[in-house]
Amino acid sequence: MIKEMLTGNAAAAWGVRLAEVDYVPAYPITPQTEIIEMLARWISNGDVDTKFVTLDSEHSMITAAGAASATGVRVFTATSSQGLLYGFEMLYTVAGWRVPLVMVNVSRALSSPITLEPDHNDILAARDAGFLQIHCETCQEVLDSVLIAYRLAEDERVLLPVLINMDGFHLSFTREPVEVPDREQVVRFLPPYRPKHAFFKASQPMAQGTAVIGGSGYSYFKYQMHFASMGALDVYREVSEEFGRLFGRSYNTTEGYMIDDAEYILIMTNSFSTLGKAAVKRAREKGVKAGLLRLRLLRPFPELGIKEAIRKAKAVAIVDQNISVGKGGILYSEISSVMYNEKERPLLLSFIGGLGGKTISSEEFEFIFDRMIEAVDTGVGKVPYLLYTEMEWKEMEKLKNVAGKGNKNYSNCRGETHNITEHGKE
Amino acid sequence: MNITTIKSIKDIPQEENLSPGTPTCAGCGGLLSLRHCLKVLGEKIVVVNAAGCFTLLAVYPFTPFKSSWLYTAMACAPAGAQGIRDALDILIRKGRLDSKENLKVVVLTGDGVAYDIGLASTSGALYRNLDFYYICSDNEAYGNTGFQSSGATPFASKTGTTPIGRISPTGLELSKKNLFEIWRSHTPPYLATISPAHPVDLINKFKKAEQYKGPKLFINLSPCPAGWVTDPSHSAKFARLAVDTGIWALKEAIYGEVKHTVVPKSFKPVEEYLKGQGRFAHLFKPVRQEETLKRIQEMVDQYWDNVCSRESRKR
Ligand code: SF4
Repeated sequence: MIKEMLTGNAAAAWGVRLAEVDYVPAYPITPQTEIIEMLARWISNGDVDTKFVTLDSEHSMITAAGAASATGVRVFTATSSQGLLYGFEMLYTVAGWRVPLVMVNVSRALSSPITLEPDHNDILAARDAGFLQIHCETCQEVLDSVLIAYRLAEDERVLLPVLINMDGFHLSFTREPVEVPDREQVVRFLPPYRPKHAFFKASQPMAQGTAVIGGSGYSYFKYQMHFASMGALDVYREVSEEFGRLFGRSYNTTEGYMIDDAEYILIMTNSFSTLGKAAVKRAREKGVKAGLLRLRLLRPFPELGIKEAIRKAKAVAIVDQNISVGKGGILYSEISSVMYNEKERPLLLSFIGGLGGKTISSEEFEFIFDRMIEAVDTGVGKVPYLLYTEMEWKEMEKLKNVAGKGNKNYSNCRGETHNITEHGKE
Repeated sequence: MNITTIKSIKDIPQEENLSPGTPTCAGCGGLLSLRHCLKVLGEKIVVVNAAGCFTLLAVYPFTPFKSSWLYTAMACAPAGAQGIRDALDILIRKGRLDSKENLKVVVLTGDGVAYDIGLASTSGALYRNLDFYYICSDNEAYGNTGFQSSGATPFASKTGTTPIGRISPTGLELSKKNLFEIWRSHTPPYLATISPAHPVDLINKFKKAEQYKGPKLFINLSPCPAGWVTDPSHSAKFARLAVDTGIWALKEAIYGEVKHTVVPKSFKPVEEYLKGQGRFAHLFKPVRQEETLKRIQEMVDQYWDNVCSRESRKR
């Protein structure tokens, strides 16, 4: 075992190297390129015995990855943002093939306007495809998740592909100390891939992805995927426990931070959770019984873990770094649906922030806690709050003026916007 | 390498690798050729399919193939072929799969895929010199969705999206893309056009292709009774007329060098091919569209004038 300063991308590449992946089909997109370039370097130096091939698009890349996986080799690939969307059709197809592909998505907001920095509309758009989803907060977690993902995907009770998510720039290019285990250590956890399920070979003709007509076959196979995904929660617990025994670190499907006696809970995912944790600490210092629940697995959705963790709280703020245009925060909807039939349940508040890499400042977190406390007093919470500071507002007005689109009289927009200017600072 | 070519229909291999009773339309010219292709390709293959008429060959839990099958999606069958080819090579090289278990990888698509939505992924596979067979069943329209114009639809054809009307009496105003030349510009080792009316030529081309590692491409002109509005029993006739009139040139290109394999001694007028097909009926009734017919004939003549001067110069 060695400890190295690795970026999130490098940590992902190390995970792949340790997993002794056979095949990496690739297509470049920022900010995932570093993962693929590192692997390409190792392959060209002979450090790993992996075949590397560049494809003509993400659509082709995911197809090649899935087809190779269906043929019986261990496969890895990575993408981001628009790339994930470009390959979207094949996410469903590959999941339907029931192959244990592992793919990293380095989250980046979606066009348009085009940007490079992260939010989670890309990965959350993929939530219904049949891929399991692991969302990471730290570089160490990225490396470990790659190993865990192969164990999970290749388990015969699961046989579904896995997406591992990390935030572009905020994690992909942040260096952190990461424990890189030895290969001997890893083999005990993740032995070489020797699939037992059906794959292509001459002596065993097999038809995969055939048409089904009439709907009953289709429903059957879709339910099978659903049951396999739900069942993956138990398999995940097993795998994570074993990982913990061998490496001294384990990851639950959700992670609670100062949550045991918390009355006011933030729900977050990915690297911005670190900001949330700092906010919780500050709130605690002020005497607010704050806590944070980080969702690590988003598919399958860890319903029980969420219910247990937040049931007793007074108010819960779901901080969505995504926007379902015309509806609001995606995770807010998902968590509300989990809690609705619970007798004991907290008030749920929805906040949308951190879009396109926009930071969530400490004032904004204060704003969130204030709204939770206020909601408990009044019994209602406004949904959703869009986090946007006064300063950001002014900055934007300046840019609009430069662009010739300045609107000195923007009361209309302001009236519609639940921004921190109006609700936090009066 | 010595390739055993066949001389007549009597020499066509007896074995069948495609069972009868498929859900394709009666008289499907694509299926006629596929049956012959599979005679040469054999059993040890995996068919990678993109959406099209042939997708319905494999309907759970049946397939008419003795071999394996993977349905991918419309745009990306060559990428699926890439994944399988690479995986098989890896497994064999690393000793995890006996080389006896090896498979030929065969992409099966229609023209909508080959000429339009799947062109990029095909170009990618050609560029990467992927060792695979690619068979395009070209019925000159999107057949499985009815019959809408594709990049393969010829000038003046009526389709669901190029209907005949007062404003557009001709049908499609554009000309068929030259997929052969698009593919040829990638200089694959083997590229050919085939026809269900010329099974001997077809089989010899597959046999020839076998000796090359890399992309081996085939475009089959597939009479389509449903879309061409012809009698199912006439498919072979129209396939033959396409060749005899010069509309469908049977040729091959080895590393880019073109040779015509069947050249009619004297060409029949294109009218003989166009007549009898519902998709061209508007060229004859209610009034003969002389200009259009002339233009089609000219396009064909021009092609063969070029070929003759080029190929005779070589001789
Ligand atoms: S629509 Fe045409 S190409 Fe398709 S199966 Fe029927 S005859 Fe064959």
